[in-house]
Amino acid sequence: MPEANDPNSIQLTADGQLRHFLTTEGLPRELLTEILDTADSFVDMSQQQVKKVPLLRGKTVANLFFENSTRTLSTFELAAKRLSADVLNLNINTSSTKKGETLKDTLMTLEAMHADMFVVRHSDSGAAHFIAQHVTPNVAVINAGDGRHAHPTQAMLDMLTIRRHKGDFAPLKVAIVGDILHSRVARSQIHALRTLGANEIRVIAPKTLLPRHIEALGVKVYTEMAPGLRDVDVIMMLRLQKERMQSALLPSESEFYKLYGLNRDKLAYAKPDAVVMHPGPINRGVEIESEVADGPRSLILDQVTNGIAVRMAVMSKAMSGQLSQRGESDQEEQA
Amino acid sequence: MNIMIQGGRVIDPTQQWDQVADLYIQNGEITALGEAPAGFEADEVIDAQGQIVCPGLIDLCTTLREPGQTRKGTIASETAAAAAGGITTLVVTPDTQPIVETTAVAEMIQDRAADVGFARVLPMGALTQGLEGEQLAPLHGLASSGCVAFTNMRNGFSSSQTLLRCLEYAATHDLLVVFQAQDNTLVASGCMHDDTTSTRLGLNGIPEAAETIEVSRCLLLVEQTGVRAHFGQLSCERSVRMIEAARERGLNVTADVAVHHLLLTDESVSGFNAAYHLQPPLRSQLDRAGLRQGLVTGTIAAICSDHQPHDPIAKQAPFAATEPGMSGLETLLPLSLSLIEQELIELPQLIETLTSAPARILGIEAGTLEIGSQADICVFDPNAEWVVSDDTLRSAGKNTPFLGQTLKGRVNATLMDGRIVFRR
Repeated sequence: MPEANDPNSIQLTADGQLRHFLTTEGLPRELLTEILDTADSFVDMSQQQVKKVPLLRGKTVANLFFENSTRTLSTFELAAKRLSADVLNLNINTSSTKKGETLKDTLMTLEAMHADMFVVRHSDSGAAHFIAQHVTPNVAVINAGDGRHAHPTQAMLDMLTIRRHKGDFAPLKVAIVGDILHSRVARSQIHALRTLGANEIRVIAPKTLLPRHIEALGVKVYTEMAPGLRDVDVIMMLRLQKERMQSALLPSESEFYKLYGLNRDKLAYAKPDAVVMHPGPINRGVEIESEVADGPRSLILDQVTNGIAVRMAVMSKAMSGQLSQRGESDQEEQA
Repeated sequence: MNIMIQGGRVIDPTQQWDQVADLYIQNGEITALGEAPAGFEADEVIDAQGQIVCPGLIDLCTTLREPGQTRKGTIASETAAAAAGGITTLVVTPDTQPIVETTAVAEMIQDRAADVGFARVLPMGALTQGLEGEQLAPLHGLASSGCVAFTNMRNGFSSSQTLLRCLEYAATHDLLVVFQAQDNTLVASGCMHDDTTSTRLGLNGIPEAAETIEVSRCLLLVEQTGVRAHFGQLSCERSVRMIEAARERGLNVTADVAVHHLLLTDESVSGFNAAYHLQPPLRSQLDRAGLRQGLVTGTIAAICSDHQPHDPIAKQAPFAATEPGMSGLETLLPLSLSLIEQELIELPQLIETLTSAPARILGIEAGTLEIGSQADICVFDPNAEWVVSDDTLRSAGKNTPFLGQTLKGRVNATLMDGRIVFRR
């Protein structure tokens, strides 16, 4: 079944417009650039007195969070409201019932409510694809993080933050540091950076936190910070979950911090104007030193602001892709 | 009932027979090949012109869902599917509910299959009680009530010592042990082969070592105990090489492979299609090449379906949350035939891997067209094309990644014990 095996066929309309946003992998550069351009205009708008635009007026956005996340949920909610959509937030506990049945049943219920867009976070990789394949054709699905697979809006807000500070991607060397193995953020960042033409993408982690053959995604692999950070322009730190200490992946937080925590000494390996990013929430003293997180080279708060703009851009693009698709199908029906 | 199968190309690897001939069946037995027996009058003639006539297929690994999970399939539905796939003997796994660990369950399954009458069902018994890998199951009693082999499936053993004792006890009674080798501590929450595709998709990987470490441990203990042992559904190239080396040292071990592992790789999973969620997982191109090579050299003697029917709900969830396994009885023959088009092996050798080789592994009298043997026969058109669909599949399990595909090779008649159990 070729169409099921091509992750992009499901994301785009026949004429190449975005209709679901599930992964940054394989999307054309022009499309990623368009998202960034649109988001840029929303960043500027958010500094004005009136922060709302009517792009999603009359539409209903359902935030389906099968995994808790106050931060991501609230930025999606704010983004939808600034686009004038009606917003429905659903926190669904997956552990109480059997996952598959809950998901399928929930989808059927929501379909009956005629939501126009699902924003989905789920602990299983591929959950957003599953939902996009099983919803009525007119519902746009935005992936707000699925398992270890993808977190495309996070990656795009990171790209926007980089572009607003560095301009062009072509000369940039970018290092992604920490728990690559479990990180959907890292995977989405890597695909986006490659497509946008970054000069070099590095990952830095102990071998226990590197997925097998990660180099096949087009990155250089480092296991030490000193060579890994040498001459980089952007440092993207990842969050380390405390559970990692319990499964023989790491001996202790303090050893991880000593080897891979970003402090001022290690930051000195990078270029003098290198910027520091982190998807949040930060574990101070585990991944990053407070002086660096709060320092002049940190873009962590910019990321949050840009996150709302990027989500507005993605939602408005996916909705217009869906609408053009609906137009097509209407015409087909008439014909 | 006298049946004549007329004008087909008869292939029987046990007699090195491969030529067009008529086949005569009387009272459930094959009574003549070529010339009609004196006074033979056919009650039924099966026209096999342009078709292949071979022994009924023997599938070394089928999961029956009855008793316990009849929403996924019944003995009636799955043996009917077997007949439609040209399979006359099914070796079935002990993981029913209740488990095949008592003579009552073993006999119930065989009785039920006999009542329905579509295919011979040979149960594998549990090697340990509850398949829990701790206490020996009553192997001798189970063997007396028809269990042809014993397995702990992929459940593992509580210790190497338990495994050793299971093998010693099986060797005492000259029983066949079947390994579905898997070290579950290395599988952990894995749901596909650990490689670039799992990295891309963010799905937890199952490394090759999950299989190879267990194959290695089992081989060492097989060598120590001298038990008759068979490795089912290998997925790794290195497993094939280890078994090849063990056989060269004179060990009494055999192996089979599921047909889909000869055709597909882990790359099929990209797109999160849960139909490709299998255990053991589809592995790399190198592994597939190694399995194919193993088939050519004979290290892998048999091809099986590893049939695991599911209800639709089982596959309607994000990939990792779905149940592994695919429905395979009716695609076993056509998928195997594709190996001939790919010029991997010749037709008589392929038929051997599906008939006489599994019979030899099990030590049963089947998989042959010799005069006097039970008339288990498959008649198929190797060139007929058909589309795999919900409607064309007789199995209750429609969970195959080949759904919608056109396959070449279709069974036209199946006979078991001289009875026509399927005819198109």
